[in-house]
Amino acid sequence: MTSAASPPSGGVADALADAHRREWAFVLAATVRVAGDLDVAEECAQEAYVDAMTAWTRSGVPERPGAWLTTTARRRAVDRLRREVALRRKLPLLVEPVEADASGSPSGSDADDDEAVPDDRLRLIFTCCHRALDPAARVALTLRLVCGVATPDVARAFLVPEPTMAARITRAKKKITQARIPYRTPTAAELPERLDSVLAAVHLLFSTGHTAPTGEQLVRDDLCERAIDLARTLVQLLPVERETRGLLGLLLLTHARRAARLDAQGRLVLLEHQDRQQWDHVMIVEGLRWTVESLQAPRPGRFALQAAIAGAHAVAPTFAATDWARVVHLYDLLLAVEPSPVVELNRAAALAFAEGPAAALGIVERLADDARLRSYPYVHAVRADLLRRLGRGGEASAAYRAALDLTANGAERDFLRRRISDLDPGAATREPNR
Amino acid sequence: MTQYMISIYEREADYATLTPEAWGSVVDAHGAFAKAIADLGGTVTGGGVLQPTTTATSIRGGEVTDGPFVETKEAFGGFYLVEARDLDHALEIAKLTPAPFGGVEVRPLMDVNAGPAR
Repeated sequence: MTSAASPPSGGVADALADAHRREWAFVLAATVRVAGDLDVAEECAQEAYVDAMTAWTRSGVPERPGAWLTTTARRRAVDRLRREVALRRKLPLLVEPVEADASGSPSGSDADDDEAVPDDRLRLIFTCCHRALDPAARVALTLRLVCGVATPDVARAFLVPEPTMAARITRAKKKITQARIPYRTPTAAELPERLDSVLAAVHLLFSTGHTAPTGEQLVRDDLCERAIDLARTLVQLLPVERETRGLLGLLLLTHARRAARLDAQGRLVLLEHQDRQQWDHVMIVEGLRWTVESLQAPRPGRFALQAAIAGAHAVAPTFAATDWARVVHLYDLLLAVEPSPVVELNRAAALAFAEGPAAALGIVERLADDARLRSYPYVHAVRADLLRRLGRGGEASAAYRAALDLTANGAERDFLRRRISDLDPGAATREPNR
Repeated sequence: MTQYMISIYEREADYATLTPEAWGSVVDAHGAFAKAIADLGGTVTGGGVLQPTTTATSIRGGEVTDGPFVETKEAFGGFYLVEARDLDHALEIAKLTPAPFGGVEVRPLMDVNAGPAR
């Protein structure tokens, strides 16, 4: 970006930043159709934003910045195709023909047309989250292509070295082209399974932000907000699907608690001890609205049910006043659609509040022996908590240590250390962990 | 259309103890599969079934040894070459492959003029 023009005024810079956040996916997705190549489309979309800086500074911000950027990016893609047609040896991306386009919007040859650019964002999202790609690569590709996040920032988000992330993204892009993963939205018959893989990727992105896997910072708001934006886009693009609403509800209800999850010293505060005044009540109201809509299905899905559980917590005036019987019931429904030991563990934790720790301990001890959960820190933390509440301090302390050994997040480690020293004040200094 | 190879990996031990009736039903399942591919709009362009890995002979660096090139619990035992519209179509087909004692792998064939994925 070595434009000779004067630096863009604040207005243009803001408009560009806004257009990047709001329109990037739209611009890129529409350009992919013309370019027939993800890398070329990305370059053309980036060039369009650079062009915009000069053009908008000179002639003002257009009325529809997204349409301006899309037209410019697509025109650049067409120019490149004309220039490179003889040199082109790369396999083109398999773009579904326009005739089969459910939206019915005209496109393709009329790349110079200023209007009627088809909304290809869903194609882009479904391609990035295809089941044939590695789950970690799905999230990385979605951040890179759908959210327009630069590779170094994607690498930082997942705490991997930049070359590792660049290689992961490149490998996934190559597989899309070489294995012929089509650039299209799934058919109605495929949709439930394919949508689940998209929602899972967005949820994984949110979870990565909600409890950063390592490092001292517990929450990474930027990642959580990206995930919420994606969930909103999915609700907008797939208005009939209940699960997209469930996911949006779940993310909003979870994110609403963020201010209360850490105390003034940056220490982790459990749900039980959170100051509910600090919850974001505007976000809760919105989250509940989506959740209620998501549950209006004959058989609510896993995200709708998780949202309902988050909602049960959100409406409780105090932790003690939580409707635990309802929470346990919702976990039973969730287990029916998503049988997993992690869901069983969460159900047991709720059961411990509904019927007392003794009722849940047997279940948790069985889960702690389950090979699938052996390296899952929360199973040991839940077991420790039940033992502590039953007055079995020595066993509780050992279980907290088992959890500590498996935990990398600084705030969570600090919490577990405090629990150990509360049970046995001398222990923490006698035997420092790490 | 793109060519894909569907490789079948199964536990050979399970085949060793198969009754003739059970073997017959596996053969029938493959017959039905060939028909299902056509019904789905795909084309079978090749395929084969291998004798067990106990019959294999490997050559590495000129040295001849008894046994498969790579020892695995689930061994490569047969394949189909199919033509499909795209990976989604190929996966739809591959999901129906009879592999009662294991599973399958789907991989695109390379256009040797274009070279490997870069």
